Amino acid sequence: MNLRLHIWRQPSADRAGSFVTYEAKEISPEMSFLEMLDVVNENLVASGTEPVAFDHDCREGICGSCGMMINGVAHGPMRATAACQLHMRHFKDGDVVWIEPWRSRAFPVVKDLVVNRGAFDRIIASGGYISVNTGSPQEANTTLVPKHDADEAMDAAACIGCGACVAACPNGSASLFTAAKISHLGLLPQGQPERMRRALRMIAQMDAEGFGHCTLFGECQEACPKEISIDTIARMNRDYVRAAMTQREEKAVGGAG
Amino acid sequence: MELRARIPSGAIERKWEKHRFDMKLVNPANKRRYTVIVVGTGLAGGAAAASLSELGYRVKAFCFQDSPRRAHSIAAQGGINAAKNYQNDGDSIYRLFYDTVKGGDFRAREANVYRLAELSVRIIDQCVAQGVPFAREYGGLLANRSFGGAQVSRTFYARGQTGQQLLLGAYQALEKEVAKEGVTMYPRTEMLDVIVVNGRARGIVTRNMVTGAIEAHLADAVILGTGGYGNVFFLSTNAKGSNATAIWRAYRRGAAFANPCYTQIHPTCIPVNGDYQSKLTLMSESLRNDGRVWVPKRGGDGRAPNAIPEGERDYYLERKYPSFGNLSPRDIASRAAKEVCDEGRGVGPGGRGVYLDFGDAIKRLGVERIAERYGNLFEMYERITDENPYQVPMRIYPAVHYTMGGLWVDYNLMSTIPGLHVVGEANFSDHGANRLGASALMQGLADGYFIVPLTIGDYLASAKPEQIDDDHAEVRATLAAVQERTRRLTSIGGKRSASSFHRELGKIMWEYCGMARSAEGLRTALQLIPQLREEFWGDLYVPGTGEELNQELERAGRVADFLELGELMCIDALHREESCGGHFRIEHQTPDGEALRHDDQFAYVAAWEFAGDGNAPILHKEPLVFENVALATRSYK
Repeated sequence: MNLRLHIWRQPSADRAGSFVTYEAKEISPEMSFLEMLDVVNENLVASGTEPVAFDHDCREGICGSCGMMINGVAHGPMRATAACQLHMRHFKDGDVVWIEPWRSRAFPVVKDLVVNRGAFDRIIASGGYISVNTGSPQEANTTLVPKHDADEAMDAAACIGCGACVAACPNGSASLFTAAKISHLGLLPQGQPERMRRALRMIAQMDAEGFGHCTLFGECQEACPKEISIDTIARMNRDYVRAAMTQREEKAVGGAG
Repeated sequence: MELRARIPSGAIERKWEKHRFDMKLVNPANKRRYTVIVVGTGLAGGAAAASLSELGYRVKAFCFQDSPRRAHSIAAQGGINAAKNYQNDGDSIYRLFYDTVKGGDFRAREANVYRLAELSVRIIDQCVAQGVPFAREYGGLLANRSFGGAQVSRTFYARGQTGQQLLLGAYQALEKEVAKEGVTMYPRTEMLDVIVVNGRARGIVTRNMVTGAIEAHLADAVILGTGGYGNVFFLSTNAKGSNATAIWRAYRRGAAFANPCYTQIHPTCIPVNGDYQSKLTLMSESLRNDGRVWVPKRGGDGRAPNAIPEGERDYYLERKYPSFGNLSPRDIASRAAKEVCDEGRGVGPGGRGVYLDFGDAIKRLGVERIAERYGNLFEMYERITDENPYQVPMRIYPAVHYTMGGLWVDYNLMSTIPGLHVVGEANFSDHGANRLGASALMQGLADGYFIVPLTIGDYLASAKPEQIDDDHAEVRATLAAVQERTRRLTSIGGKRSASSFHRELGKIMWEYCGMARSAEGLRTALQLIPQLREEFWGDLYVPGTGEELNQELERAGRVADFLELGELMCIDALHREESCGGHFRIEHQTPDGEALRHDDQFAYVAAWEFAGDGNAPILHKEPLVFENVALATRSYK
């Protein structure tokens, strides 16, 4: 099949970008979307032009590196499928495809389709962890975890940190990402001691990064390649309200009083 | 170059305990005076960086991806082994140690493997404490499953995402330390060289992948956790960015490279679809618990699989290996698949595929039971091939998956460059000539959480590295060398892309240094690779400049290193006149086609020393002594 692609090109963060049109010729339906872009890029290199820069790594839908708006939809038209897992058999000869980077003020464009998602790492650094040092933790089976909690925690923990939720949200909110981690850790016994503190800090960081607020559109859930549910957002909001109301003053670190 | 493994004396079950006491410690108040660099933030690197910072060291961590959470450890599906014996089926530390030594075809260092089995237990405890959502039984206890033909059920898992969940545990710990400013994180930064001062590793030279800036980072010790080199074959189950540059540059600076020819080929991957294929996708080994492997008896049989009657199917694994059948170990199953395809009986486009058929299992257990076990894998397969494994047999073919070889390290995980430590898949230790399923995750975390944070202390307290700064001659010389190399790559101005060279190298490696190697084939490769390399340095085209984000330049640098590593792999494979684990020489096989080891001549680690461009590398041998596990032939009949 032959396709017409309109791809966002932007030479660097501080220079303006624009759409450039490319013809993708003789694309096999068996190819993945990124393999199609590889072919376009090989042709660009062969003609002495700079290829399109885009993030990718595992090409299996698990690392979260890849991410692009394909005809206005984060990761493209297939449900629960990252851009790297999308195959060209879902397109047809003559199709026009618009390809853009994630659009969010909190994800500044670096070059072409590459954006800076450092905001996500900073949200995790603000509280998306359990404070346990490497050492001699208790025997693994000492604390029982009900299967239902473990399964639900796993559902939330499946988030790959790709940012599709932010890109799909009309408000540009990172709530699904933040809520997924808050839910994962908040459902497990090991996450309880810090549960309130975690909600307050991660939400504060999310806001500080410049993401929008959640008004429950639910677009995030539809775009998510791992099918994270907005139930996690409900859980996050409950933790946040409880935390805000029961917040206690921080005492000195390390038990010194 | 002298190889001193520094294995502690005494009974094997006491060695690590004794060593922990014998090693020197760094006083808690002194730790903050030391800076340690960690390159690579996968399971091994991420765990090491977090643990070192928690101990009080200053840590600088580097990764080439946009976030430390993207390391390829994330893709591991199956599970992690530990000798907990929760299932009460006879498992023990000793059994896990024994299974690993034997599974490695008696080419691993016993003491290292025992320690790994010993530490496996604590790894699970640490991960649970971090909130890793392992699968649970209804009673609230951790669940286990069987894996890779082992006779005990010792694998812990988190649905089909064990790698991601373990990595997130380490990543979250790492970010906790970043928030405390114990770790300074440098994402989108690629290591391009090691800085060696007075014979010790004192830092690295990096390239900022956004601005192109080339910088020196100094430290008191350096740890490489940069993964395996499977991408030398171009097509593998590795991520696209996975590369050998960090360990290769270290090799060129004096770190011995051990057993480069020990590469693991996994039997069940989705076959190649076309010339544009960019990587191969793994289908978990667990599928072989229920699927039956077959090809048509007649070559060129173009019928749809469901139209081929039972009598005309060759269930070749069941035929050749009656006692292990479809669960034959990876190296055996991979070679058998290649054999039938070489005979012209392969299936699918290009004839490079075999069937993995769930028809019988569905009849026996019902669709629902099969969906419960393999649902997500079936979905993944259908997304890629557009074929429904519930209705037609899956097509699979072996693919490069893991590399047992890597930089040589002693018992402290230190390479032959003092101060340079190597962890995870990047080092050679523990798996011998063949890695068992669910053990890579175990090794990465053992190295990163429990071994290197202690052994680094021993190094620092013993070596007491002197103060150096950016003005030091070696620092400036290494910086200049990297700048020159980068400039050279962008200014060749030829006609071919880095990827085109990479594909060609991959084909040479797969053909001549893949599943079945021969002296003739390896010698051919040893002619072709230097020729290709010369062509690369004469005809490479990299658009753009080095002073910006330039993915073609990144690729070019990595391919340049693969073009040298491939040659070393062939040299190693040619010199090892035996077959063991993942290294199969057709000249050394039993009458029924199995691997034939020559323990009397080859029970050693082959550690190669770089002797300069254009010179043959120098071979050093570390003899392997088996005091606890008697050398035996692996048989699956």
